[in-house]
Amino acid sequence: MTYTIKGNTGEWEVVIGLEVHAQVISNSKLFSGSATDFGAEPNSQVSFVDSAQPGMLPVVNKECLRQAIRTGLGLNAEINRYSVFDRKNYFYADLPQGYQISQLYHPIVGEGQIEIDLEDGSTRTIGIERLHLEQDAGKSIHDLDPKRSFIDLNRCGVALMEIVSRPDLRSPEEAGAYLRKLRTIFRYLGTCDGNMEEGSMRADVNVSVRKPGDEFGTRTETKNVNSIRFVMQAIESEALRQVKLVESGGEVQQETRLWDAGKGHTRPMRSKEFAHDYRYFPCPDLLPVNLPESFVDAIKSDMPELPDDKKKRFINDYGLPAYDAGVLVAERETAAFYEQVAEAAGNAKLAANWTMGDFFGALNKADIALADSPISARQLGGLIKLIADDTISGRIAKDVFEIMWETGKDAETIVEEKGLKQITDTDEIEGIIDQIIADNPAQVEKVKVNEKLLGWFVGQTMKATGGKANPGVVNKLLKDKLGL
Amino acid sequence: MAIDRDTVTRVAFLSRLEIEDAQKDAMTHDLSNILTFVEALNDVDASGVEPMTSVVEAYAPLREDQVNDGGYPDKVLANAPDRVQDFYAVPKVVE
Amino acid sequence: MSNALDLTLADALSALEKKELSSVELTEAYIAQMDATRDLNAYITETPDIALDMAKASDARRAAGDVGLMEGVPVGIKDLFCTEGTRTTAGSHILENFVPTYESTVTTKLFSQGAVMLGKTNLDEFAMGSSNQTSYYGDCASPWKAADGKARTPGGSSGGSASAVAAKSALATTGTDTGGSIRQPAAFCGITGIKPTYGRCSRWGVVAFASSLDQPGCFGRTVEDNAIMLQAMAGYDPKDSTSIDRAVPDYRAQITGDIKGKKIGIPKEYRVDGMPQEIEKLWQQGMDWLRDAGAEIVDISLPLTDKALPTYYIIAPAEASSNLARYDGVRYGLRVEGADLDDMYAKTRGQGFGEEVKRRIMIGTYVLSAGYYDAYYNKARRVRKMILNEFLDVYNQVDAILTPTTPSAAFTLDDAPTDPVTMYLNDVFTVPASLAGLPGLSLPAGLSSEGLPLGLQVLGKPFEEGEVLNVASVLEAAAGFQRL
Repeated sequence: MTYTIKGNTGEWEVVIGLEVHAQVISNSKLFSGSATDFGAEPNSQVSFVDSAQPGMLPVVNKECLRQAIRTGLGLNAEINRYSVFDRKNYFYADLPQGYQISQLYHPIVGEGQIEIDLEDGSTRTIGIERLHLEQDAGKSIHDLDPKRSFIDLNRCGVALMEIVSRPDLRSPEEAGAYLRKLRTIFRYLGTCDGNMEEGSMRADVNVSVRKPGDEFGTRTETKNVNSIRFVMQAIESEALRQVKLVESGGEVQQETRLWDAGKGHTRPMRSKEFAHDYRYFPCPDLLPVNLPESFVDAIKSDMPELPDDKKKRFINDYGLPAYDAGVLVAERETAAFYEQVAEAAGNAKLAANWTMGDFFGALNKADIALADSPISARQLGGLIKLIADDTISGRIAKDVFEIMWETGKDAETIVEEKGLKQITDTDEIEGIIDQIIADNPAQVEKVKVNEKLLGWFVGQTMKATGGKANPGVVNKLLKDKLGL
Repeated sequence: MAIDRDTVTRVAFLSRLEIEDAQKDAMTHDLSNILTFVEALNDVDASGVEPMTSVVEAYAPLREDQVNDGGYPDKVLANAPDRVQDFYAVPKVVE
Repeated sequence: MSNALDLTLADALSALEKKELSSVELTEAYIAQMDATRDLNAYITETPDIALDMAKASDARRAAGDVGLMEGVPVGIKDLFCTEGTRTTAGSHILENFVPTYESTVTTKLFSQGAVMLGKTNLDEFAMGSSNQTSYYGDCASPWKAADGKARTPGGSSGGSASAVAAKSALATTGTDTGGSIRQPAAFCGITGIKPTYGRCSRWGVVAFASSLDQPGCFGRTVEDNAIMLQAMAGYDPKDSTSIDRAVPDYRAQITGDIKGKKIGIPKEYRVDGMPQEIEKLWQQGMDWLRDAGAEIVDISLPLTDKALPTYYIIAPAEASSNLARYDGVRYGLRVEGADLDDMYAKTRGQGFGEEVKRRIMIGTYVLSAGYYDAYYNKARRVRKMILNEFLDVYNQVDAILTPTTPSAAFTLDDAPTDPVTMYLNDVFTVPASLAGLPGLSLPAGLSSEGLPLGLQVLGKPFEEGEVLNVASVLEAAAGFQRL
């Protein structure tokens, strides 16, 4: 369904492009041997290089290149074995060199594409323009002193991947799905932890509006939005602002804006951003990067199965609906857990239902992570296996699941101990049914007129067996006996 | 190429250089002369030549991903004109 | 020893070896001479106490049989090399109080080979200049005087280093050469100086001017002294990505004096308009000396020679404008308070940098700015490539190139050109090889009519410093130049 904004002059389409900054997982920084850990004491992870002392020089961290290429492969993108680091020149308090080393002209990763999964189960392909490596800046702390800002350079020089999408996104929902998909890919690959709260993934949001079919409108860029929810809100409010502005005769200015989470809208930056002229040029302290084919091949051969491939496999091999498959592959750990459940259960569909239903429900209710689950995948699979082979009914299984959750015991043990095995012995059930028919002649007469009353007989039978009778067998026997 | 005072003002801002008004004319004059001098390159037909990225035919050496630097805040802060605890301090920044 | 100051570096090493003199004695003699020649202003910072401590330690090492390549030799360090615990100004007000907490690779190597630091030598601010007059710490003079008795420039940017060696207030000194900053002062001061191939000596810890051109080198009284000192300085440094991982040959052993059959190129484009007759004559004399020693003189053409200066004056300022962005008053150096961050930057930099540095930053910023990048900067990079290719082509025919070092002898400090472009023309013979990253050496070969030294320049193939030194040694022997 197309997302549009209804203005006074009709419907407006929203065009969105995202520039995602993702912190690379590496031990040391992009150009120095300083640590990258989050939350260290101020300026304790800063070298002479990071603090841009006179005469200091950068040296490229091989692992950061590897991580960028891994991510590029995850984005189905073209890998550039030849890439060049450029300087982006501007002054800022947390940018000690007076330039950021980035890649403008020859990025390490070129064009690619990813599929995003929408709530209605459909997918869309979103183009990736490029991925390049660059240095993160330090941190300015504004609230410790009334007149001064304090600078901590710990984050300065940590490798970032900037992933630039094509302006292919058309709604806040799609932007959210795109970010979730990127995060899933990062986490599958172990290239970025995707933790937006700690700032290891941030987005610059480019938004413009147009009448359907028109040329792109003038876009604004909202910088450094740090949660998926905020990105979605920023798009909505910025698009609305632009529509109102244009409809009231105004013009959208190409400008940089900031997201004000408290007020729920964007505002223009107050600093002299307009005067920027970044004067990019190749960093003369670095030579071009030229990686051998074998470098990329080694990464290729070590790639895990990607979420889209896994999803397809879940659909094809396990017969799962697209939506279920999408949910299960969203996290690599979840997918792996599910696959173990399915294997132990011997029934992939039932395994998917139970994993996503009762099991996720219980995790959510208890507010614990998958890794801390009291029930292992093998145990959950064991329970499902008992359902699949008719040892217990689905109804009983829910009770067994609760006991498992509490005690950590295997399903089989619980079923054994509590005597919960389903009665499939026809003779035994027949005896019970005979007794019920004999005891309730009036009901027998009524059911012959009104077949709906069969349910009453089923209920009585189940009650008499403590719920353990196989419902299929009960139904069949009752119909035979009552001549229905 | 001759440049004007406004260009000097703009470039001085980009360079974060305060240039006093009294010096601006001299600066404009000098920069114009230098730019005229370097425009001798207009006579060279360099079409088809790739811009030089490095004088040596070599590629960037790559470092192993080891933590072997940093961890000396006192050394990186030793020359700071305004140090507060282990931070550098600057005039308040408004974003 | 009364004549300790007259010893060459090679002589001093052998006197030390033979225990005819101790490093402390030698160092004391130099400290006394530093005192006696202070009016030349060759040093920005004298470090006699450090020198004596180092000399004592050197004598102790020598007594223990631990002898480095420069064991006990008192040297001056251009004040562009960061020295741990000793103020490093780069000739600039902005670094007036900067005391590095790290040691440059080159000085680390020199000191680990036993060199003794006498002090930090004067230079043009950030190595930008050809007369040492842009130094914030005052003009430096050459010890050479003409009949007029007026103080002469030592050249620049390494003016203090050249003046100190000529005045015997250092036995040898380090320099850096970006467009001629070693060769031109060597010529003006009647001493020998070598700029090795770009990538031969580490730039780590050397305050950067133009990264793709800057190259550390040295000054000495003789060709052999240069060989010894360069040996101690050269070599791959993993901390400098542009340093080249290539074995450093035994330079001293390469000085055989045998150049029979060697082809020496004479580029016709170096016969510039208005070149004084005496320079032309000296050049011819050099050719004759080499021919007499069995070399073949070959006329060559380097058609883009006159385009080298314009190319240089785009590339060097462009890189400098970015390299000097780090001097912002935040982490080290001068800070001039302002109304806000940008004002603080502008005041700090406006007052911290001198006029020539500001001009170059402005030019560099301009040529990199939007709309001009291709016309200026990229064009210059293309022409630079063509200049390199011209040299490489010529080196298919010849082993080395002989040219004058400068188009004139040293000018007086009072009559120095005030117009920047006229000043730039001083580097007309040295800049082409800088752009091509080639090794070059200047040695004193004769005197001008006024009695001032004139230099000849020997250029070599990439990484063939040994060849350059060897050819120069032949000229040195033939010239029999009388040092001060």
